[in-house]
Amino acid sequence: MIADPTAAPVLELAHISKSFGPIVANDDISIALGRGELLALLGENGAGKTTLMSILFGHYTPDEGSVRVDGVELPHGRPRAAIKAGVGMVHQHFSLAPNLTVLENVMTGTEPLWSLRSRTGAARRKLLSIAERFGLGVDPDARLGDLSVGEQQRVEILKALYNDARILILDEPTAVLTNIEAGRLFTTLREMARQGLSLIFISHKLDEVMAAADRIVVLRGGRVAAERKAGETNKAELAELMVGHRVTRPTREPARAGATVFQASRLTVSVGGVERLKEIDFFLREGETLGIIGVSGNGQAVLSQLMGGLVAPTGGEMQLFGEAVAALDVHGLVEAGIGRIPEDRHRQGAIGEMAIWENAVLERIRQPLFSRRGIVNRSAGQAFAATIIEEFDVRGGTPTSRTRLLSGGNMQKLILGRNLYRRPKILIAAQPTRGLDEGAVAAVHARILEARRQGTAVLLISEDLDEVIGLADRIQAIVKGRLSAPVAAEEADPRRLGLMMSGDWSPGDGMLRDGTSSDRNPGEGTA
Amino acid sequence: MSTFLDIVASAGLWAAVLRIATPLVFGTLGALLSERSGVLNLGIEGIMTFGAMIGWLAVFNGADLWTGMLVAALSGALFGLVHAAMTVTLGLSQHVTGLGITLFASSLSYYIFRLTVPLASTPPTVTPFQPISVPGLSDLPFIGPALFTQTLPTYLSIVIALLLAYVVYRTPLGLALRMSGENPHAAEAQGVDPIKVRYGAIMAGSALMAMGGAFLTLSAFNSFFPTMVQGRGWICIALVVFASWRPGRALFGALLFAFFDAFQLRLQTVLDNVPYQIFLMMPYILSIAALAVMARRARVPQALMQPYRRGER
Repeated sequence: MIADPTAAPVLELAHISKSFGPIVANDDISIALGRGELLALLGENGAGKTTLMSILFGHYTPDEGSVRVDGVELPHGRPRAAIKAGVGMVHQHFSLAPNLTVLENVMTGTEPLWSLRSRTGAARRKLLSIAERFGLGVDPDARLGDLSVGEQQRVEILKALYNDARILILDEPTAVLTNIEAGRLFTTLREMARQGLSLIFISHKLDEVMAAADRIVVLRGGRVAAERKAGETNKAELAELMVGHRVTRPTREPARAGATVFQASRLTVSVGGVERLKEIDFFLREGETLGIIGVSGNGQAVLSQLMGGLVAPTGGEMQLFGEAVAALDVHGLVEAGIGRIPEDRHRQGAIGEMAIWENAVLERIRQPLFSRRGIVNRSAGQAFAATIIEEFDVRGGTPTSRTRLLSGGNMQKLILGRNLYRRPKILIAAQPTRGLDEGAVAAVHARILEARRQGTAVLLISEDLDEVIGLADRIQAIVKGRLSAPVAAEEADPRRLGLMMSGDWSPGDGMLRDGTSSDRNPGEGTA
Repeated sequence: MSTFLDIVASAGLWAAVLRIATPLVFGTLGALLSERSGVLNLGIEGIMTFGAMIGWLAVFNGADLWTGMLVAALSGALFGLVHAAMTVTLGLSQHVTGLGITLFASSLSYYIFRLTVPLASTPPTVTPFQPISVPGLSDLPFIGPALFTQTLPTYLSIVIALLLAYVVYRTPLGLALRMSGENPHAAEAQGVDPIKVRYGAIMAGSALMAMGGAFLTLSAFNSFFPTMVQGRGWICIALVVFASWRPGRALFGALLFAFFDAFQLRLQTVLDNVPYQIFLMMPYILSIAALAVMARRARVPQALMQPYRRGER
C-alpha cells in the first residue's frame, strides 16, 4: 500500500533538537510517517540517526521539539509510553534471553504478574497467528540461543508485534544479517507495510534503501539534508546527499613519497573462523599517508588490530622494511619504531588509573633509558612525560596525575606525543579524532601532517571523510573486509568516495565491484 | 556385597535419607530462587545457623514449633533484605557481601544464644516436631516406615519444591524471575522491574534457607549448638549447580546427597576395620563426581552475579 499523502501522519517528529555538550546531534529535525509507509532514514555514522530514534522511543529527552503518535504528544523520556502508544523498536543489539524459549521471551511482562497460571496456550496461538500473517516463521518452543541471528531478529520483531505495535523502528536491521537473511527481512517489512503497519528503518546502505523504502530521508550532520521518493532518485544522488559537498581541503604540501616500508599482499585475517579481512592489498611509503575510509564495522577494527600486532594474518604476505614477516608482535613493533594510535583510547590507548608518566613510558619500559635491572627509573620517566606535556600541549595534568583525569583530546595528545616524539618510521592511526572537539581535532591533524612531512609513513583508518580527504595522499575504501584499489586524493570527490564506501566499486575505475566474487585480476589492486 | 544390599533394603536407611535431605532441600531451593533472579547468596551458611538458633530460641521461650519456624523464616528474610540492599541497590560484590553475611550471622547467632541461654553442662532442649503417621500409608510394609514416618517440615519441604517448580515454569511470576536472571534489561524493557523481582527472590530464598536451619534444631535435633550447620549451606550452593537451577532436580540432588550420607553412616557400623573418616568423605567425593558430570551441561542464568543498573548496557 502506498501511503496517502493527504491522510494524517501516524507518527510525527516535529523540530527535534538535541545536543550533547557542544556537539549538536539533532538540529531541528522534522519527519512525518504515514500509515502503511516504509521509510528509510539514511545517513553516515554520526549523522544523528540513532539519537533521533532514541528520542522517539523515549530513551533520550530532546532539548526541543515533540513526538506525536496519531496526533497525541508522547511524554519525553518514557519508553513505556512509547510502547503503549504502539511504537515498537528493534535494536541493533537484541534484548533477548538466550536460555529462554522464543515464546517465553515474547511473553515476558505481557500478563499480570500474580496470575496463578501462564496462559501459554493462548499466547502461543497469538504468536503463531502473527508469525503467519507476516511470514515470520519461527518455532515458539525453540531455545532462543539455538537460533541464528536472523531468527533472533525475527523474535525481536514478533515481540514488538505481540505488544500490538503499529509503528516499528528498526535500527540498522541488516548490520548483523547475511545477504539472504536481509532479503527475507525486507520482504517481511514490505508485507507489514502492505498490511498497514508503518515502519522506519535506519541504514547507511544505499542498495537496500533504494530497493526497499517508499521514501528516503537523508540525515547529514544532525540535519535533514534531503527527502526523496524512492522512484525519484538514484544511488549516486543519495551518496552525494549523504556525504555532502565537502571539498574544503587544508593547504598542505604534496607528498614526497619515499621507499615502501610496509606492503600487504592478499592478506586475509580470520577471527573465530570468520574472515574479517579478505585478501587485502595495500602499501605504505615514507612521507605519504594512506587513508582507509569506510562505514564502521567493515573490518577497520581488525585492520588496526593487525597493524598493532594484536592479531596475526591467516593468509597472504606482509613485508616490513622489505623483509617478509609472518606476524607483527607488539614488542617488535615498538622496537622497530612503529607508532600506534589505537581505536579506543580509553581501553587500548592508555590505562586510566595509572599516572601520565607511566602511560608515557609503558610500551618502552624495558629500554635502558627507563629501567635498569628491573628497576624503573622514575625520574627519567617523569622527565620524558614532562617533555611530552610541554611539546604536545597536553593540558589538565602533571606527569604524576592520573591519566583518566585528562579529557579525551588531551589523552589523545599524550598518546600521539609518546608515539611521535621518537619520529616513528610508520604511524598507524585508527580513528585518531573520534569524539574529539574541533580544537583537539585540529591539533591532532597538524601533528599527523607534520609527521608525514618528516618522512613518517602514515596509515590513517577513519570513518570521517573530511579527515581522510584532508590528510591522505591515497585513499582506499574498506567494505565487508575487502579493500578497494587506491585512488589519488586529488581525484577523490565526495561522490566518488561515497560510492566507494557503499561498496559500489565500478569496474571502469579499475576497481572491483562489491564483493561476492573473490576472483580478482592479478595486476589490479596496489598499482 | 550382601552388606550393601542389606543396608539399601532397610527401611531405616530411607527414613534417614528423607530426614537428612530436608534441610538441604530448604537451603537448595532458597539458593536456587535467589540465583534464578541473578543474585548469588553466599550468606546461606550463616542464615541457616541464625535460623536454627532463632527458631529454637523462640520455642525454648514458649512459642509453639510452627511459630518457631515462622520466626526463623522472618529472620532469614531480614538477612535477605540486607543482602539485596548491598548487592542489588548498591551493586556490591555478591561474593564478598554473602560471605560477610555468613560470618556476621553465624557469630551473631552464638552471641544471642550465649546472652539469652545460661551456660549448662548439658545443652537445654525443646520438644521437637514428632513423626506423624499418615493413616493407611504408614502401615504399608517397608514403604510405610521408609517414607511415611517423617515430621511435617519434611513433607513441607517436598511440597515447596514441587510448588516452586510450578511457579518457576508455569506462572508469569516465574517467567519474570527467570527473565530477571537471564537478561534484566530485556525484563525492564517489557515492563518487569528486575530490581523488585530480585529483592523478592532474595528475601524469599533467604527465608527458605533459615527454615532449613530451623529444621535442624526443631526436628532433627532438639538443641542448638553453634557449629551445627556444618557446611550444609555450601553443599546447597553446589546442589543448585548440580540441579542446573531446576527445582525438581534440586529435590533429587538433595535426596541423592542424603542417600550417600545415610549410607556411609550405616557402612561405618558394618565395616569397622576401615577408618570412619573414609566414610565421612564419601558423600562429598561422590558429590564432586556428580557435579563434574552434571554441571558441564548446566545452563547458568546469564545475568547471575551481574548487578543491574538502569540505562546501562
